[in-house]
Amino acid sequence: MAKVLVVTSGKGGVGKTTSTAALGAALAQMGGKVVVVDFDVGLRNLDLVMGAERRVVFDLINVVQGVAKLSQALIRDKRLENLWLLPASQTRDKDALTEEGVGSTIADLRTKFDWILCDSPAGIERGATLAMRYADEAVVVTNPEVSSVRDSDRIIGMLDSKTVKAEKGERVEKHVLITRYDSGRAARGEMLSIDDILEILAIPLLGIIPESQDVLLASNVGSPVTLNNAASAPARAYVDAARRLMGETVPMVVPVERKGLMNRLLGRRAA
Amino acid sequence: MHAVREPTPQLVRMRGRSYVAFVFSPVVPIVGWLEEVDATLARSPGFFVGKPVVLDLSAVELSQSAIAHLLGSLEQRHIRVLGIEGVDADRLTSSMPPLLTGGRPTVLVQNEPKKVEAKPEAKPKPNSLLLESPVRSGQSIVFTEGDVTVLGSVGSGAEIVAGGSIHVYGALRGRAMAGVNGNSAARIYCQKIEAELLAIDGYYQTAEDIDASLRNRPAQAWLEGEIMRITPLN
Repeated sequence: MAKVLVVTSGKGGVGKTTSTAALGAALAQMGGKVVVVDFDVGLRNLDLVMGAERRVVFDLINVVQGVAKLSQALIRDKRLENLWLLPASQTRDKDALTEEGVGSTIADLRTKFDWILCDSPAGIERGATLAMRYADEAVVVTNPEVSSVRDSDRIIGMLDSKTVKAEKGERVEKHVLITRYDSGRAARGEMLSIDDILEILAIPLLGIIPESQDVLLASNVGSPVTLNNAASAPARAYVDAARRLMGETVPMVVPVERKGLMNRLLGRRAA
Repeated sequence: MHAVREPTPQLVRMRGRSYVAFVFSPVVPIVGWLEEVDATLARSPGFFVGKPVVLDLSAVELSQSAIAHLLGSLEQRHIRVLGIEGVDADRLTSSMPPLLTGGRPTVLVQNEPKKVEAKPEAKPKPNSLLLESPVRSGQSIVFTEGDVTVLGSVGSGAEIVAGGSIHVYGALRGRAMAGVNGNSAARIYCQKIEAELLAIDGYYQTAEDIDASLRNRPAQAWLEGEIMRITPLN
């Protein structure tokens, strides 16, 4: 059964595209056939993070409008053979997306892939609503700060009302993915704590991605962080999150950079 | 082919059925007792009309002619006797009502004439709204007919507008406006007050006006004249 997963947040710059690429690569590494779809028409970034920007010929708009076939627009990843990208158009805007076109494209993708990850643009307008429209599950990316949490709350409200599933009276399964988390700053009260975020959003936690230099580094070299440095703390956190998406029960720990502390934490846990 | 319809014998079918009957227990002197019956009839004429009446003669010792006389007196008062109990069978003639046995006492239910009530045209509209999920940022719930109850939190940037009171079983982080139709008796209750704005009947307080000592506590807001009071709930 194919699963359509929207990665969304409301607020911009919280890590939707990074998370889409990292989760997509992690799911593909675990054996699923994965496509990551960029819905940020006009401001596309997923192709850069995936390192496929120089291979884009056709894009989502071409497919939605029937100009190109889906197989022509899909770009296969060079590192993982079961990971694909459907890029957005940079020259158009979100009005070029139609509900019917997106619907038939998603339906087409469902027949070909196990996981369809939709990278939503920021905001609550056409691009974002169409990205979530056909979703079965949603990953709500949130930073530990009040504006991001409130925007996420807004998005959750839309997931509960504006999706096809919601209109049929079903439920879009929602998870919160907390990114750019700094446990030190949270302990000092300079950030919202995990508990505060979960209390406000009232949806299950998918994972906690620590703030890390590795994320920006990976984006700049055009590689999902889970592929670029699999041993890094954010990569391990994304892999854990992907395993939770697959239905595995993985204990929730915040991976930290320093090995010593990690070992101490694990040591205590085992005892 | 011809079919002959055999005449099927019509069976006599007996069914049991029980009725509730009034039991008259005459006492001596019979004349005095009849006067009391008359008094009852004077108060409500037609009280016994159409109702089965049984005569219980166990309290009196009456001859056959006396029983006939009593029955005649009741007949004059339009009381027809269905049966007689508490007397030997040989004292009754064939023209008299039959002897009854095995009667059990029962509670008499007074059938008051039902008042003809004006049937309401349609079901009255519900005067409360129950929301079983959290109200998210950006959602606006407007229910001017009455109370709104939320099982969950009201997010920052969400809004609840109610004609009646507002009950939030969770944190109230957004705006709550109660009594919008001029109901100054409306109140706002929440398990955790972090509201951006509270209003009752147009009188409002913003987060800044809400006493910091109340924050994160269960509280209620109500109007005292033109002043909004916010007090802790415990």
